[in-house]
Amino acid sequence: MAEVVAVVASTHHPFYYKASTAPPEQRPPFADEWVSKILSFRETLTRAEPDVLVMVGSDHFHQLWLDNMPQFLVGKAPYYDANFYNEEREFGLPRMLLRGDEDLSLHLLRNGLDAGFDLAFSNELRIDHSITCPIITLRPEADLPIVPVYTNIFAPPLPQPSRFVALGRAIRDMVESWESDLRVAIVGTGHLSLELGGPRQFGPHGPDPEFDARAVEWISKGDIAGALGEVTLDSLWSPGNATHGFMDFMLMMGVAGDDNPADYVDSLDLFHTMEAYFTWYPQGVPA
Amino acid sequence: MSKYLLNKFLFTVDRDPELLERYLADPAGFVPWWEAEWANRILGCHEGEASTWLAFDDRERTALVEHDYVTLFEMGAHPFLALTLFIGMYERSYDEPLGFQLEYARKLSHITLPHPDIAT
Repeated sequence: MAEVVAVVASTHHPFYYKASTAPPEQRPPFADEWVSKILSFRETLTRAEPDVLVMVGSDHFHQLWLDNMPQFLVGKAPYYDANFYNEEREFGLPRMLLRGDEDLSLHLLRNGLDAGFDLAFSNELRIDHSITCPIITLRPEADLPIVPVYTNIFAPPLPQPSRFVALGRAIRDMVESWESDLRVAIVGTGHLSLELGGPRQFGPHGPDPEFDARAVEWISKGDIAGALGEVTLDSLWSPGNATHGFMDFMLMMGVAGDDNPADYVDSLDLFHTMEAYFTWYPQGVPA
Repeated sequence: MSKYLLNKFLFTVDRDPELLERYLADPAGFVPWWEAEWANRILGCHEGEASTWLAFDDRERTALVEHDYVTLFEMGAHPFLALTLFIGMYERSYDEPLGFQLEYARKLSHITLPHPDIAT
């Protein structure tokens, strides 16, 4: 059976690429610390030596649209083009092409459907910065095949937080029952408190540092019960109008397991939103 | 009122550089043109198939013509779609990094929780 060699959860900050690649005179003052933290975080995935990446993220109204909006969708394609014109325009993100692993995609779809998750699928999916940001930060060679899993954290009505956790648990079980000798890393990105297009956007910190502190504690301890006890679809409006992206972190907590503390935790207080980085090693910390 | 149609406008213009420039240069001419040409297109369907019932009301039309993202927010247009499109049109006019984004926040500073419902 396949092995889950790393579970990685992260924010996805689309400005990282520009901040880290700009000429020295144009780099923002926080760029060096940010790059240093990303290089350490990258090492946590590298040392797990994965062969394939399951990538959890959320389309930002790029390919998925309100006339036909899936709640949870698994890509099943041999290749995924990546990044869109408005992401080039606003963030300077490069166009990319990633390979897919259709066998693992089919395994997740078949077993997910049989486990009660009515997963949508796509045979032609162009992925956006929720998945390419962690490729850029964690695996810039972009050399591993991926299976994208998209969640709807953006277009209400949304699934409940408990459903994200349940899908995370199911993804972990399904990967571990995949008849393969490949080493799989499950990588997902979400948000801490975040405001987009509202009065609290682009402040010197995230819009709700107290929520961020609680969120980092829930994730780093694997405190799923604590998170589910406080987080609701209604409550997530208060920390910031785009904070429903925290449910992707809750999905990743489901992947990592109840009360399973992360093996690696780091964060960086930035303008607009806090960055946070977590890695778990289900097989033990690699030597 | 159709939050869906407002979002469809923001979505289709934001993803097309030519439409974005036309909306920036001549909103009074562009918005009626978009409503006639685009409002009833089903984006995932063959071009020959279309809807027949989608139209803006006067308040929506005026807010779009006036590039009035504050009113769009108050009407429940999706904040991410509006932000991305207006950054695409106006960020270039500001010298300071995030200058437009911070002005956008200031213009919405009278908004308190709960924000207008964005469900469609």
